[in-house]
Amino acid sequence: MAQQKKQHMFDDPVNVKRVIYALYVVCGLSLLGDLFVHRHVDHPWEALFGFYCLYGFAACVVLVLIAKEMRKVLMRGEDYYGD
Amino acid sequence: MTSVAPFLIFFVGAAIVAMTRGLARSIVLLAIPVVGALNLYNMADGTIVTVSLFDYTLTIVRLDKLSLLFGYLFHLATLIGVIFALHVNDRVQQISSIIYAGSALGAVFAGDLITLFVFWELLAISSVFLILARRTERSYRSGMRYLLIQVLSGVILLTGVLIHAHQTGSIAFDYIGLNGLAAWLIFLAIGIKCAFPFFHTWLTDAYPEATPTGTVFLSAFTTKVAVYALARAFPGTDLLVYIGATMAMFPIFFAVIENDLRRVLAYSLINQVGFMVCGIGIGTALAINGAVAHAFNDVVFKGLLFMTMGAVLHRTGKMNGSELGGLYRSMPLTAGFCMVGAASISAFPLFSGFVSKSMVMVAALEQGHPVVWLALLFASAGVFHHAGIKIPFFAFFAHDSGIRTEEAPRNMLIAMGLAAFICIFNGTYPWFLYSMLPMPVDYEPYTVGHVLTQSQLLFFSALAFCWLKLKGLYPPELPGVNIDVDWSYRKAFPWLLRWVTPLGLALQKGFFAKCQRWLENMFTQIYRHHGPYGILARTWRTGNMAIWTTILLATYLLVYYLSH
Repeated sequence: MAQQKKQHMFDDPVNVKRVIYALYVVCGLSLLGDLFVHRHVDHPWEALFGFYCLYGFAACVVLVLIAKEMRKVLMRGEDYYGD
Repeated sequence: MTSVAPFLIFFVGAAIVAMTRGLARSIVLLAIPVVGALNLYNMADGTIVTVSLFDYTLTIVRLDKLSLLFGYLFHLATLIGVIFALHVNDRVQQISSIIYAGSALGAVFAGDLITLFVFWELLAISSVFLILARRTERSYRSGMRYLLIQVLSGVILLTGVLIHAHQTGSIAFDYIGLNGLAAWLIFLAIGIKCAFPFFHTWLTDAYPEATPTGTVFLSAFTTKVAVYALARAFPGTDLLVYIGATMAMFPIFFAVIENDLRRVLAYSLINQVGFMVCGIGIGTALAINGAVAHAFNDVVFKGLLFMTMGAVLHRTGKMNGSELGGLYRSMPLTAGFCMVGAASISAFPLFSGFVSKSMVMVAALEQGHPVVWLALLFASAGVFHHAGIKIPFFAFFAHDSGIRTEEAPRNMLIAMGLAAFICIFNGTYPWFLYSMLPMPVDYEPYTVGHVLTQSQLLFFSALAFCWLKLKGLYPPELPGVNIDVDWSYRKAFPWLLRWVTPLGLALQKGFFAKCQRWLENMFTQIYRHHGPYGILARTWRTGNMAIWTTILLATYLLVYYLSH
């Protein structure tokens, strides 16, 4: 492995890019899966094309944006409680 | 071969640990969960052991599928925890962790509410040493707050139990259901230990302050005993569905902005317990099975995540996301194990969370809770975000913090490897776990649809993280504390006491200090009269004794807390 040369896997930005591209590819493939797989659904929303993709993406974005706003209200210095 | 009550092996074992040292102590520590598990294996299903004490008949051991599963789980958790902590040469931690595990076993095998109460309080008292053993001012204060709340839970439990016993004439630990004052008190007591919303800050306050190895034990027992108690006494309680959904939802927001990575995991522990509570509330066979199976998996994967962070803390002395990063260079194996834990908690196909979390979610839809289902789905995406990505990313990847250290000690690697193996085993071959569940399982996790939808949810959650990070929208890790419910008793209440009440300071200096001395004297008196040699001990009813001791202990702690 690259460790012996003190050059580690993600020291090379190309490898980081590769990981990100791999993610794009699996996202695309899983979305396409909706075209071919007839899923068993318990709820009508589940049947929508790409429902889980959209929900997962939106949930995380909403989560982070709300959490950022929460930080403005809730965050204090490290010694806030004096211990 | 005859069997003994499972907790006895642990309590006797703890006594032997106290008397041995070095290699012998390590062997004893390892032998305790192994001998315990063999003992449990030899016990026949349906075993009941009763003991007569004063005017009560106590059921010390009640063995059925539900208690047996938790019994095995706690033996497994002890074994993993002991291996992980094998390098620690601290008798206090070793003894308290074994007594703590034994108390958890005592609680899940308890067939009556008085026995449950005794172990309920032992859990609190034994576990606090795992926090205090960090031996810092901060952990000391945190540990005291923890103990106060845990003991309070016990007082409420005992009050509820005594009223319940008075009303029904029974102390059996079976289905209680949510009606009447007694039931509500018992429910509240369990709720505190289960970290219900507004009662959860003892957990997020204290767990991250415990020792690197102590948190591994802490994460396994207290909340799972509470989950077990809920499954026993309140299955199918509608309110639990909504409490569970709330628990699954709100901690993830705190987890995203939290800097201390073990505190992130503490929030995610509440999030996972939320799934279990929700399942118990739904109450169908599928939901209860799902809740229990998820409890099993959670102990292992949450333990694994706490172990990886414990290893990082052990090696670097740091735990804040803002100070860590790039550790995959020095600790590649730990990083790998962390990602197995992350994949398991995120419920990736082939990892353990995948086969248990979805049981609760399917049950929610089947029972007509679409909004709860959406909330749980949101929580599933959220947990991947903060526990699945944030933990490994900020500790092992992200920017290079420049920290160069060694890989975790060998015993830690073995413990993490064992937990990682179980995560993958349960994920790829869930039928072994399913066969141990309290009810017959009619559920197939590996359908094409389930694998596809779960992958979509997780891949696109990862995509969202990636996008937010590349756009610079992701909140950076910053040092600081975030205000939670504990603000009320750590800031607001002392502040009120000090400034709003003009007498506050005088009270704190004089009256409370006096109270403390007075109570200490009283303890001595009580011991003289009610202790093992006291004359009053013979004539007092056990219930009376227990409640007075507990109330005094709680009052003492409260006064102690106020006077510092």
